[in-house]
Amino acid sequence: MTDQPVEIHERRILGTELLWAFGVGVLIAATLSVIVFTALTRQINPPSNVERIDPKTLHLSGEFAEHNLGTTVGPDGRVTVRAIATQFMFVPRCIAVPLGRPVTLRFASPDVIHGLLITGTNVNTMVVPGFVSQVHTEFTRGESLLMPCHEYCGLGHSEMWATVQVMRDDQFKPGPDGRVSCAQR
Amino acid sequence: MRNVERLCLAHFWVAFAAFLVACILGTWQMWVRSPWGAHVGTPGQYFMSVTAHGVAMAYVLTTFFIMGFGYFVAVTALQRPLPGKIWAWGAFWMAIIGVVMVLITVLTGQASVLFTFYPPLTASPWFYIGLVLVVAGSWVWCVLMIVAMREWKRDNPGKPVPLAMFATVANAVMWLWTTVGVAVELVFQVIPASLGLVQTIDAGLARTLFSWTLHAIVYFWLIPAYIAFYTIIPRAAGGRLYSDTMGRVTFILFLVYSLPVGMHHLMMDPQHGNGWKFIQMLLTAFVSVPTLLTIFTITASLEIAGRLRGGRGVFGWIAKLPWDRPAVLATGLGFVMLGFGGFGGLINMGYGMNAMVHNTSWVTAHFHLIFGGSVVIMYFAIAYEIWPRLTGREHASLGPLRLQLWLWFIGMMVMTVPWHWLGLQGQWRRVANFNYADPIIAGWGPWVLVSLVGGFVLLASALLFVRNLAILHRSPLPVAPRPLYALAVHPPHRVPAALNGFGLWNVLVLVLMLLAYGYPIAQFVIEPSPAAMVHRVH
Ligand SMILES: [Cu+2]
Repeated sequence: MTDQPVEIHERRILGTELLWAFGVGVLIAATLSVIVFTALTRQINPPSNVERIDPKTLHLSGEFAEHNLGTTVGPDGRVTVRAIATQFMFVPRCIAVPLGRPVTLRFASPDVIHGLLITGTNVNTMVVPGFVSQVHTEFTRGESLLMPCHEYCGLGHSEMWATVQVMRDDQFKPGPDGRVSCAQR
Repeated sequence: MRNVERLCLAHFWVAFAAFLVACILGTWQMWVRSPWGAHVGTPGQYFMSVTAHGVAMAYVLTTFFIMGFGYFVAVTALQRPLPGKIWAWGAFWMAIIGVVMVLITVLTGQASVLFTFYPPLTASPWFYIGLVLVVAGSWVWCVLMIVAMREWKRDNPGKPVPLAMFATVANAVMWLWTTVGVAVELVFQVIPASLGLVQTIDAGLARTLFSWTLHAIVYFWLIPAYIAFYTIIPRAAGGRLYSDTMGRVTFILFLVYSLPVGMHHLMMDPQHGNGWKFIQMLLTAFVSVPTLLTIFTITASLEIAGRLRGGRGVFGWIAKLPWDRPAVLATGLGFVMLGFGGFGGLINMGYGMNAMVHNTSWVTAHFHLIFGGSVVIMYFAIAYEIWPRLTGREHASLGPLRLQLWLWFIGMMVMTVPWHWLGLQGQWRRVANFNYADPIIAGWGPWVLVSLVGGFVLLASALLFVRNLAILHRSPLPVAPRPLYALAVHPPHRVPAALNGFGLWNVLVLVLMLLAYGYPIAQFVIEPSPAAMVHRVH
């Protein structure tokens, strides 16, 4: 074999690889475009408002003091849920939310790292002491959902969950102070 | 040489002993979580077991296997004695002392913090100090690998470093870079907290530093499998490596791109803004490049082998491949698992889609498929290939080897397919037991039982694996000499300096790390987040 065919063959190998690498580039560019497009046009973003809060004084006063926890409907009709994730429970243990209306969920932890999701929805966030975790969502099915702690937070972690009661308009009735609690059953 | 073989075997046997124990614990954990395990074990025992399983698989199996394999490659690929053998044994015993410290603290219930140990939850200080010793042992290994390559280059000026060694050093350099994150977290935050020197800890900073290590560590575990793909498998299949250059590019990309992406593990965390998550998500997309390049090059290499054996047509060569050889079978099965796992990884990477699966069984399924599936099956293949050289004895029959690989593949698929499904249903992770009386959870029961069956199959495979290696030590057949590493179709005579060393790439890593982690870490110094009280589990 002379040198020339070897060189041609080597170049052909390089050619196939560059072609493949180009295909890989196109594939990745396409995947990223979908992600970027949905992020920009449909506000599909992870929960990231970077809001600091002192875990040591969380329960003493302010937003996460006990009387502020639970569901509140503001004068403008906006629904906000505040809850604390603590070893080994959520406060409150049951969260009332309206069906088909925007809801803002806000969580904080006074002790260790927790996390939560609501089964069958896109609600999913870590709760890191020192920060407020905020999630915006809309519940589209009227049923009772599970809200477990999904980050290991100590030996009682498995027992840590809350329920989410999704209420239709006739059930979701705020009291005079704008507060809504779970229906007693 | 005998001494180096003993060094390699010592590392491998520690790795596989830990692996076997971890498999037993893993199967037990699946039983506890299933509808059959309602009253089996306490949460204390469960989380102790999860911690031991994670530490044994992620730190002991991987670190010891990689070190042993690295020493083997340095001696066989460079064909010169290992520099600093004394140091290698010293690092081995230091890591063993570390493992014993970890073991004692875990078994006495003083370290049930899982292997990812997220503060402010803290274990006994001896747990972390033991882990630091294991990492420090691996640092000695990194230095020895770099020294071995440098000495070879000095004696062989202008020649390309053999690909197997080039890749091993790429892994060592990457590991030195990536362990800085967790080392800083342990030395400056977690160990002082667990010793009681400080009472509070910045949890957001600790998670950020851990994320620095968290993704690249998976590539540390993965690279030996890729070394096998490029340098051992083409020869085992009876072919040649399609392109040596692509191999070098792949390992350089692993070094450069596996580091500045760890924040995608923090996609659902509140302490980082969307912009930074977005940048790291974009960079994450690039870590798929080396894998996609590898799939092409290795498939092309296998095609050469298949055609040399008479395969015709577009796909005819696949059937002609020597599937009866364990290394080839493992590669085929590994590629299938890598395919499924890689698809799952794309979902995890999805900047918004991640909310669907974060901290659910989907994630557990994804990394068991990628690491436990495609990587560990290649660890098996490597062990089967090099064990004859280490012991000087040949496998009496390849049947049990093939059976073991098939069991591992079937077990892994049967276990992880239900986990993916359960994850999409919202089954969350790290739970000691489920309340199957709840109507939502009751529907999961049958799927959990299917995955438990997969767990038993995996355990059977693990036992067969250790048996296959153990009986080789007493095999009567002396080993037949044969080459280990594949030749490239066009073996390189000269390669550019950039493809023969890491100086330039280290600069690029530094730049990318500053870009990706500079502000996200600096923010904790510029505006410290309120610290959390330390919670000790011991
Ligand atoms: Cu919790």
